[in-house]
Amino acid sequence: MSTRTILDPTGERTLAERARLARPASLDGLTVGLLDISKPRGDIFLNRIEQRLHEVGANVKRYKKPTFAKPAPVDLRHEIAMECQVVIEALAD
Amino acid sequence: MGKPILPDGFVVVVKRDCETCQTVVPVLQQLATVTDLTVYTQDDPNFPGDPAAIYDADLGVSWHHEIETVPTLIRVIDGVEVDRTFGWLRTAWEEFTGISGLGDGLPLMRPGCGSKSVDPDLVDELNVRHGGGVLRSRRIEVADAEDEIEMMFTRGWTDGLPVVPPTEQRVLKMLTGTSRAPDEIVATVPPDLVDVTVEKVAISAVMAGCLPEYMPWVLTAVEAVCNNEFNMHGLLATTMPVGPVLVCSGPGTRAIGMNSEINALGQGNRANSTIGRALQLIVRNVGGGRPGEIDRAAHGNPAKLSFCFAENDAGSPIGTLAGQHGVEPGVDAITVFAGEGPRGLIDQLSRMPESLASTLAAQLQVLHHHKLVLGFDAILVLGPEHARVFAEAGWDRDRILFELHMRLTTPAAKLERGAGGIAEGIPAGMSTADLPKFRPDGLMLAYTGGGAGLLSSVIPGWVNGEMGSKPVTREVRY
Repeated sequence: MSTRTILDPTGERTLAERARLARPASLDGLTVGLLDISKPRGDIFLNRIEQRLHEVGANVKRYKKPTFAKPAPVDLRHEIAMECQVVIEALAD
Repeated sequence: MGKPILPDGFVVVVKRDCETCQTVVPVLQQLATVTDLTVYTQDDPNFPGDPAAIYDADLGVSWHHEIETVPTLIRVIDGVEVDRTFGWLRTAWEEFTGISGLGDGLPLMRPGCGSKSVDPDLVDELNVRHGGGVLRSRRIEVADAEDEIEMMFTRGWTDGLPVVPPTEQRVLKMLTGTSRAPDEIVATVPPDLVDVTVEKVAISAVMAGCLPEYMPWVLTAVEAVCNNEFNMHGLLATTMPVGPVLVCSGPGTRAIGMNSEINALGQGNRANSTIGRALQLIVRNVGGGRPGEIDRAAHGNPAKLSFCFAENDAGSPIGTLAGQHGVEPGVDAITVFAGEGPRGLIDQLSRMPESLASTLAAQLQVLHHHKLVLGFDAILVLGPEHARVFAEAGWDRDRILFELHMRLTTPAAKLERGAGGIAEGIPAGMSTADLPKFRPDGLMLAYTGGGAGLLSSVIPGWVNGEMGSKPVTREVRY
């Protein structure tokens, strides 16, 4: 027997593409969010990033995930989106 | 196309290719003269001729009204079936119709024949034709020159091994394994947080190679991993070599033919191999959890294809892991655990429980890193010969766990960073006391495996608790 039709095994999700904001020409006067994912020594790295951002005139706001092992809570993501024009989200070990 | 409404009065379904149907033709003629009788014929539009019949050419009437035997006589009032009888039994037909003297000269009874609508050669096609409407998934046409298996590899829907093409026939058959409606939402699957329906679970179950009777187990596994406690998202995103481990308990494991004896954690048993695989295909295809994307494992492990095994609860002297989590004996359940692949623990000489406990404890201390404690759980899978050493000494599950925990404490100073010339370890000053390797519920016992071999296995876990994943035990819903 021919099996020429199969059923889509995926979630058939329609991707909601959301365009990013244009990359700013300068960080001067902008608020940059730094998200600490709670991995050991991440704060040392972010302290240095914060220092360098200040040198180019950016304001910096610091945020921290409760645990690196889970996605950031939706409230935290919203808070960052409301308070910052730029966010640096990075993962490091 | 919905279910056809039957005309009021009496309805009979027959086919020429059935001697009993031919036998009852005079009875049908009798009934037609004194009642409202409608005859449906399955194979020959000219049978029985007198009385005239409606040809059920696409077998839609027979399929929708679940005719299994011909002749079937149905009483219909206001378009609704109120009763039916099948085959030929004079007394039954007389009582059913309230008319006496039916079929004088005929044998008293003749069993009916199989309805054409349940012919094994036709039933899958009929299920699609008449029941396929319940399936909501997008249909994908496979080109004549295209190989379905290769096509599914190309689309990225496999785990690296071939999958069974999920045709409508196969998916409908898979859905017979559960009483749940195809469009019922089972869970929201990470990482993309997509609602998965019973139908989508059935599709992955087909692809994995499951039989319909595995469906309740696959559905339970999906529910067990898709929640914040188990944290499937984190399990994907971690660099550690872990995946969902399914521990199946209860008499239902035997009913679906799971292996809990020789090679219990290994290959070769259909249920063991495909239930875990179906779950992983759902995480991949519905949830979008693919290696190199959200799945960031540095090495992974081969058990991420499927790691599902059964406890030998019938033979266990220490009960089950499900029981350790509060499930009553005799109840089917799955425990999902964020675990690595298993590794063997050897002790062929210990005949006293204290000695064997010390062996096992020494091996458990080194899991993940011998200086890291409390952060990871583990499942110790006792083999029958090891478990017997404990059982013969009268040690039950609680005693075994107590004795292991006692042997798994280490002075904090030895665990601190830098101690022993090793940078890894706990932060200095975290404690001055002896520290246990595992949190109180962090060490779990399961019992399975072949009868020969003084061996056990251990399945090391991932980051435990609120920080990571908690084992979740769910009773199987049928």
